[in-house]
Amino acid sequence: MIDEKEARKITEAILARCKGNPAEVTLLTLDTALTRFANNIIHQNVAERDAEVSLRYLIGKKIGTATTNRLDQAGLDELVRRAKTNAQASPEDPNYPGLPEPAAYQHVNSWDSNTASYSAEKRARAVGVVCHVAAEKGLIASGALTTGSGDTVVANSQGVFAHHSRTNADFQTVVMSHDSSGWSQGSAWKITELDVESLGKRAIDTAERGHNPVKIEPGEYTVILEHYATDDLLSSLNFYGMGAQAVQEGHSWMNDRLGQQVMSPQVNIWDDGCNTAGAPLPFDYEGVPKQKVDIVKEGVVIGPVYDRYSAAKEGKTSTGHATPITFRGFGPIAAHLFMGPGSATVEEMVQSTQKGLYINRFWYTRLVHPRECVITGMTRDGVFMIENGEIAYPVKNLRYTMPYVQALANVEAVGKTAHLLIGEFGGISTRVPALKIKGFNFTGSTV
Amino acid sequence: MMRALDLARRRGAQYADVRLVNDRSESVSVKDGLVEELASSESEGLGVRVLVNGAWGFASSRNLDGAEIDQITAQALEIAQASSLVGGEKVSLGPEVTSQGTYQTPYKIDPFSVPLDEKLALLLKADAEMGRVQGIRTRRSHATMLKVHKQFANTEGAFTDQTLLETGGGIAATAVGGSEIQVRSYPNAFARQQVTGGWEQLLRWDLPGNAERIASEAVALLTADPCPSNITTSLILGGSQLALQIHESCGHPTELDRVYGSEAAYAGTSFLTTEKLGNFKYGSPVVNLTADSIRPLGLGTFGWDDEGVPAQSSPLVKEGLFVGYLMSRETATQLGRTSNACMRASGWNRIPIIRMVNVSLEPGTWKFNDLIADTEDGIYMESNRSWSIDDKRYNFQFGTEIGYEIKHGKMGRLLRNCTYTGITPEFWNSCDAVCNSDHWVMWGTPNCGKGQPAQVAHTGHGAAPARFRNVKVGVLK
Repeated sequence: MIDEKEARKITEAILARCKGNPAEVTLLTLDTALTRFANNIIHQNVAERDAEVSLRYLIGKKIGTATTNRLDQAGLDELVRRAKTNAQASPEDPNYPGLPEPAAYQHVNSWDSNTASYSAEKRARAVGVVCHVAAEKGLIASGALTTGSGDTVVANSQGVFAHHSRTNADFQTVVMSHDSSGWSQGSAWKITELDVESLGKRAIDTAERGHNPVKIEPGEYTVILEHYATDDLLSSLNFYGMGAQAVQEGHSWMNDRLGQQVMSPQVNIWDDGCNTAGAPLPFDYEGVPKQKVDIVKEGVVIGPVYDRYSAAKEGKTSTGHATPITFRGFGPIAAHLFMGPGSATVEEMVQSTQKGLYINRFWYTRLVHPRECVITGMTRDGVFMIENGEIAYPVKNLRYTMPYVQALANVEAVGKTAHLLIGEFGGISTRVPALKIKGFNFTGSTV
Repeated sequence: MMRALDLARRRGAQYADVRLVNDRSESVSVKDGLVEELASSESEGLGVRVLVNGAWGFASSRNLDGAEIDQITAQALEIAQASSLVGGEKVSLGPEVTSQGTYQTPYKIDPFSVPLDEKLALLLKADAEMGRVQGIRTRRSHATMLKVHKQFANTEGAFTDQTLLETGGGIAATAVGGSEIQVRSYPNAFARQQVTGGWEQLLRWDLPGNAERIASEAVALLTADPCPSNITTSLILGGSQLALQIHESCGHPTELDRVYGSEAAYAGTSFLTTEKLGNFKYGSPVVNLTADSIRPLGLGTFGWDDEGVPAQSSPLVKEGLFVGYLMSRETATQLGRTSNACMRASGWNRIPIIRMVNVSLEPGTWKFNDLIADTEDGIYMESNRSWSIDDKRYNFQFGTEIGYEIKHGKMGRLLRNCTYTGITPEFWNSCDAVCNSDHWVMWGTPNCGKGQPAQVAHTGHGAAPARFRNVKVGVLK
């Protein structure tokens, strides 16, 4: 962890090298470790300590950027030289709105010392329990336990200075037999909120119940999606269209749908970077305070999230959703998503289903067509046929090709408990419930 | 580096290796006539891998001072000891690796020496050419350059020093009309054809000279007929699409760490289990697949892998028969073979894992025009739009940017929103023709994800267009 004083010292040293020229510094630090297991043993066990400093150097509306992890004097000198050279070579961007002025952001705690100092031995003992239980039952456990910490610092020559330290923990496991598998995952910013043993048992239970899966015909089914699959729905809709740039370029599923009821009234989606029930970061990578943004409210599309560049194009203000400099081409993104819970338990969803499929997780999902956010992917690690309100038997994995906008229009019930999942790329988090959806379209099955 | 190896040895490591890596990249992007990004980045650091009590530990840091090197070496040893708490078979690495030498990617023009003005001028010209076409909503062009200087040493006496140079880039035009959105890219999907080599490798594709055609195709696709839905027909895949098909359904399933279950929780496993080696009919007799790290231009071309094993070439599928895997020292020893140099890390901060080198479909005998003329009824598809395959690498579905109907031996009407789907061995057994070396190109896939923590690898795939019979196409909903 770098404290605020040290963070100021580093960013001021870089801005001073810019000699009064407008500039913006982003400093990201990382101290993380991951214990990975497969075949009931630890096979990869790693640690990393890194820092990345990025500089946006401005000459009027000419912009150059550079990034380095060398924080010594020579490294910082070189960083400024490269950013300046790039700015000098760049033509002006008339749409660039300039650097933001300082604005107060909410200080949010997401730091836990126990998580930051969690040892390799503790990680080994935690995953060892899952490996031993799986082995005792004749199953094979694989997965990873991650613990780590990091800092995000943004400063600019206008006086912006924002600093946030956070910790993170994540456990995920696949437990397999010769013909079945189960998956579970949990994320938290406090290691004590991660119950590794119970997550392991959940995956073991799914694998045990999944023996002798039956091959079924593809077609339309009512599905009960565990929150892992809901996470895929929400993340895909985010990645392919919840940012203003995607809407402005005309390839978002939101295009021509703003203000319209296109999903079930039970669907509520928002982004909230200050909520400690997620994995908070109270400002974005331009140092702009994060606003809570309603994206879908009772099924009505409210609108996307903005950074300064996309907001200026529409005469709006940023909602605090700029991505890091190194992802500038991607545009703004919702990094702290929530889907509002409903009133049903997963058991109640199953009981209310005459015929349908219980699905634990989706796998390798990709965009087939952007307009409806049509996604193809496979089911994985636990698929069961539901008949007459009960789990009847396990089935083999299926391929689906489904418009995700339509999927959320077809929601019949929303789970009463939402779970936090932190993604591996950029710490994007979702807090999501289980869903019951009618008319989910399966287009093939595996051998 | 020697400091870390000495310390690891003194503290009881059976084996240790160290990589000191400096990555330098430059990225230039133009969007709709404006510069979207002009950026350069640098990252350097040291990674220490140790084997203690038959178990692995790895630690890394960006800080290269002596005390930090001691600290991460001690941390790697501590992590290895923790790894051994959960037990299991002790790691065996087989024959010692004592490689010595230097390697430099061959090139004509160092892309980092090309003035930024010149790079921008090329991209802006391509952008302007796309802009001549009415109906284009978004135009993008970009160039990427990467230089990796990597030194490797191990406790068995190896010391290698290599500098790898990559150049890539391309253009993409997006057309939007009503509820339809169409993208055309050149020369590869997602506007990114990347190879090992210099600036001359980007110039060879003549981005400005192809920009207007690509943009016109994007507009034409808006009103093209949709791909026929859910039919079975003959499918001819263009080279860049076939490259990704090879990547997903040949490269990944032949990774021996997946076969042994090491990637089960993340990247998945493989249907190519070891009892199939030497007796599984993976494809038809025209299917010959090779793993090699020596062929020019490939993103999997180097001097030594990240265990110090020399670059080499080895068959994976020979006349349709499955004969080989992509291997590391550890997995090769388990199989009773020796490594074929497929162990790579995405940077100093990652432990090496098995990655594709250049996995290529060897050229056949057909001229492209003859192949079309020989096809009575079918579809030609090119340029990837989406890709998805199950965790054992059986069930796949791909979408492409563009397609053309083939009728009576001739290319016919343009088709939009093309998809095809299949099961890997059935698909490769249905391959009855591969085009010859005149049509063979080394394509780059610089975005292959695997491992935890995530690693993005750069892989190469040589391919020429090929024909597959009785393939299901047109799954969109």
